[in-house]
Amino acid sequence: MTPSPAGVDTGELEPRRRQTDGADLPVLPDTCNLGTVLRVLVCINVGAVLLAAVVANGTHGFFDRILHIAAIVEPATLASLIILCPLRRQVNGKSRWIQYGVGMGVPAVASFLVSLALAGLIQPDTGATGHLGWAAARGALAAGAALGLIEWLRLRQLSMQPSQAEGRLQALQARIRPHFLFNSLNTVLGLMRSDARQAERTLENLADLFRVFMRDSRELVPLDEEVLLCKEYLSIEKLRLSDRLQVEWQIDDMPGDALLPSLLLQPLIENAVHHGIEPRSEPGRITINIAKTGERVRVEITNPLPERPPARPGNQMALSNVRERLGLTFDVEGQLVLTTEEGLFRVTVQFPYRKERRRRDVRRNFDFDH
Amino acid sequence: MSDATSILIIDDEPVARSRLRELLADLAPEFPHRIVGEAANAPEALSQIEMSQPQIVLLDIQMPGMTGIELARHVSARAASGESSKPMPLIIFVTAFDEFAVEAFEVRAVDYLLKPVRSQRLLEALRRALARVPSEHQDAIDQLARATNTRRRHLSVHERGRVILVPLEQVIYLKAELKYITVRTAEREYLIEESLTSLEEEFGDRFVRIHRNALVARPSIAGFERVTPAGENEGGDPYWQVVLRDVEERLPVSRRQWSSVKNLVS
Repeated sequence: MTPSPAGVDTGELEPRRRQTDGADLPVLPDTCNLGTVLRVLVCINVGAVLLAAVVANGTHGFFDRILHIAAIVEPATLASLIILCPLRRQVNGKSRWIQYGVGMGVPAVASFLVSLALAGLIQPDTGATGHLGWAAARGALAAGAALGLIEWLRLRQLSMQPSQAEGRLQALQARIRPHFLFNSLNTVLGLMRSDARQAERTLENLADLFRVFMRDSRELVPLDEEVLLCKEYLSIEKLRLSDRLQVEWQIDDMPGDALLPSLLLQPLIENAVHHGIEPRSEPGRITINIAKTGERVRVEITNPLPERPPARPGNQMALSNVRERLGLTFDVEGQLVLTTEEGLFRVTVQFPYRKERRRRDVRRNFDFDH
Repeated sequence: MSDATSILIIDDEPVARSRLRELLADLAPEFPHRIVGEAANAPEALSQIEMSQPQIVLLDIQMPGMTGIELARHVSARAASGESSKPMPLIIFVTAFDEFAVEAFEVRAVDYLLKPVRSQRLLEALRRALARVPSEHQDAIDQLARATNTRRRHLSVHERGRVILVPLEQVIYLKAELKYITVRTAEREYLIEESLTSLEEEFGDRFVRIHRNALVARPSIAGFERVTPAGENEGGDPYWQVVLRDVEERLPVSRRQWSSVKNLVS
């Protein structure tokens, strides 16, 4: 991993920062993530059944085998997943060999120990030395399976990263919406003579927004920061659309320290303005409700539906981009749902509540040799 | 002040309007003008154009309810049919970055300004506008509307200095009478000054011609009935009539149109 200059420990989430290609992606899959856990469990169990089918003779032998294999595989897999979940963060950023070593070593040791404990039951005839060798073989098999899974999940993750320079450029252009830029500049110019202070503030807000637009969108930020950015964005639009744009923030119960990919909410709010407010002659209200329910963060953005269907089909790019990044960060635990009711359009985003941990000492990242 | 050019500013954003006003004030020594009004939406804009007859209209393209190009189509349709005493105002479009604007404006007889507008560019556009031939300008606007696939979604009715926008989907039929066209909706009738032929061209997918003087909205056709003339026309040939939804009235189908109209009966 490239050291992150911001020095923010991103906690349990993938610290996807400043990655130019997949070379510095963490080797180990995130075993704290439900999606990863499910994928691993399914693979292991399918593998176990296949293995049983290969080594068994006859139907009776097959069920016997399955029972034996499951007795070792299930506890060993679960233990490995649980141990690797916190351990992964410790080895992230270490050399790839250490990461592979841990990723294969933990399942190997777990299988070895479980096999050894159960050896007496499954292989009662062999002696203690026999048990050791038998358990070691199971350990080696587990290490092999772990390597296969690690590689598969790593390549899967890699394939979902916006691939090369081209993809990144497109993503950048999608974020810098030309309409917004030119309209905002026009607003600032319109204010320049009559209200110089307001013009100044607007340029400051615009600068903040563009700084973030040009940042790596995989960066994780606390919710507080994203909300502030959305407010800056809305204050620019408010100047332009004046009374036509009404905004209601319902964020008293918002967990401000929850982490999410940067620019996850702003494009959704921009969409709400673009499709819900701009086509209307009458004032319209955008409601943003953010709250924590259990261990999940729930964001609801509501805007009035346009009075008539738009002449040109709406731009789905923002939505699919947000959905994709939600998936990249939270896997199956991130959700984006669209609903339409009583003249209102609502986007609901849900993701697990992972909070920002203490700020790491910045100097640690600039650990020079001299 | 008679030599000062009259200008109308149309933009839904107040700040954008004040910016244009400031720029125009700067240009006053080089380009004598007076601003005759401002409008923030289409109905307002159309009545202002009718009322103050500006020579030049600065028209924003992205507006709620109706785009600038659609609005321009109303202006040109009005000019096409109206009395020659009302010259077509010269339209200069103003737009923030827009994907279709750039290619569509290859049409030379229309000018457009990109937001944020520069005063030099505005001055050029104003001077060029005054040099335009109104009829060419009008054709160019229709061409632009076609190129951008913009069709009017309303008919603009001028009534006692006011402009009423009648949504096209409410129109049951259009009937030419002398120099006017009667626009029939379920509630009432309006009069517009346009040509039936150009209306048929523009809205051919919604309206079907049933007679030399009438277009009927396809969704409003309830059926046809055969009529044998009675009274003073007794003895004449039987003919077909359209039965309409929402209104009692029936309209005759001409013999010439019947062959194509009868296919609409399912």
